[in-house]
Amino acid sequence: MSELPTTLHYTAEHEWLEDGAPSTVGITAQAAEALGDIVYLELPAVGSSVEAGAVVGEIESTKSVSELFSPVSGTVVEVNQAAVDDPSLVNSEPYGAGWLLKVDVTSTGPLLTAEEYAALSAG
Amino acid sequence: MTGTDQSTSEDLLSPLHEEHVALGAALTSFAGWQMPLRYTSDIAEHQAVRTAAGLFDLSHMGELEVAGPQAAAALDAALVGNLTALAVGRARYTMICAPDGGVMDDLVVYRIEDELFLVVANASNVEVVRDALTARIEPYDAWLVDASLGTALIAVQGPQAEEIVASVTAPEDVDAVRGLKYYAWVPGTVAGVHARVARTGYTGEDGFELFVPAEQAAGVWRTVLAAGADRGLVPAGLSARDSLRLEAGMPLYGNELDRTTTPHDAGLGRVVRLDKTDADGRPVDFVGRSALEARAQSQPARVLVGLQGLGRRAARHGYAVLASSEAGAPQVGTVTSGAPSPTLGHPVAMAYVTPEVSAPGTELAVDVRGRAEPVRVVELPFYRRPR
Repeated sequence: MSELPTTLHYTAEHEWLEDGAPSTVGITAQAAEALGDIVYLELPAVGSSVEAGAVVGEIESTKSVSELFSPVSGTVVEVNQAAVDDPSLVNSEPYGAGWLLKVDVTSTGPLLTAEEYAALSAG
Repeated sequence: MTGTDQSTSEDLLSPLHEEHVALGAALTSFAGWQMPLRYTSDIAEHQAVRTAAGLFDLSHMGELEVAGPQAAAALDAALVGNLTALAVGRARYTMICAPDGGVMDDLVVYRIEDELFLVVANASNVEVVRDALTARIEPYDAWLVDASLGTALIAVQGPQAEEIVASVTAPEDVDAVRGLKYYAWVPGTVAGVHARVARTGYTGEDGFELFVPAEQAAGVWRTVLAAGADRGLVPAGLSARDSLRLEAGMPLYGNELDRTTTPHDAGLGRVVRLDKTDADGRPVDFVGRSALEARAQSQPARVLVGLQGLGRRAARHGYAVLASSEAGAPQVGTVTSGAPSPTLGHPVAMAYVTPEVSAPGTELAVDVRGRAEPVRVVELPFYRRPR
């Protein structure tokens, strides 16, 4: 099990959120590992508004497909085109080059600390 | 993100379980067994089988031995195939059907001796097959032994499989192993262990399946893995096995086949041998015969087809096939299996559709989570290995 960055927030649906202006959203290493090799990402359009807890995209692997839930409400200001072009980045660098969205946040949904997320996913 | 695989503590463990753990496999619960889903990467394991070789643990499969002076006649009555005609040393793909013609399981049957057959069943159906076979062979001088838990099954699949298996086979058995025809088997000493060596598989590649005693399986696994490393052999999990068989257009019980499906529905009517006869030359009244006879004469209500995805989002098991991408288009079928094809680079799926839309080239759509994705009907298999 890879180490969870303690500077990030997490959701029970296995997304991570890095505070900032804008904030960055991705999926956890654990989630990427459970999916297997990711081959296709569908992300919202730049400029679209997202709502905390709502489905905003899809992450597809050979084996399965998962929905991406937004941890925050706000406006999408950037999507990671490099990851769309090469989704394996999400497997190889889930907290780095494999980020998914940057969002101008107006409000956040329920978030977990690294410790809380680790406890949740261990259970 | 939603859902991750969970294994339960009630699962049976493969005789190779410790090998999988040592290799760092992600394990999954499958048909009551804890089995490797993947070791490193689904796609890398898939590609290794297409270009070099993969090593699979199939110890969850069921091995039922049917023996006795009337073993062949008993199986002719119990299964849809003609087992009397099967030569010692050969294997046959066949099915066990319910009286209404529905498929209870698809099987590979090996003739071990004149009066001994090995019936290999899907893990999820071992009990069903065992119980049905036991009842069906009861009138005959034949008996059944369930050897599933004492038997490990290790598959070496891919273009390098013959070289790898030959390299660990006792010198006196090498020629027989190399000379094996597809769907044939020989006894042989492999990695120092007496094995049944079969040229069978479920990947669309050349390959071998090794039946070995469970207590000797770990040694065989390690020896083959080490011997094949130079030729690109990697351990491969159930995820790669599923994408490989899908590309090869091979049915999976529970997806393309189930109790509501006849062999004919799945395009496998050829396995139903209505022409088989008993020792007196009379037609054999096997279980399911009258229903399947009627089915063979009638027009099918649905046809199993291949679908090539024209977009990037893959159709998955259970999704509706639509007549077109237009809003309100009627449903014309249901997807049985689907995934992005690692070899072909686009989504592929198998689906049951109405006969009117089953011709290759027909443009249809699949409802992929609320959005219609265009697909085209294509011939199966999607992938055929170069020979």
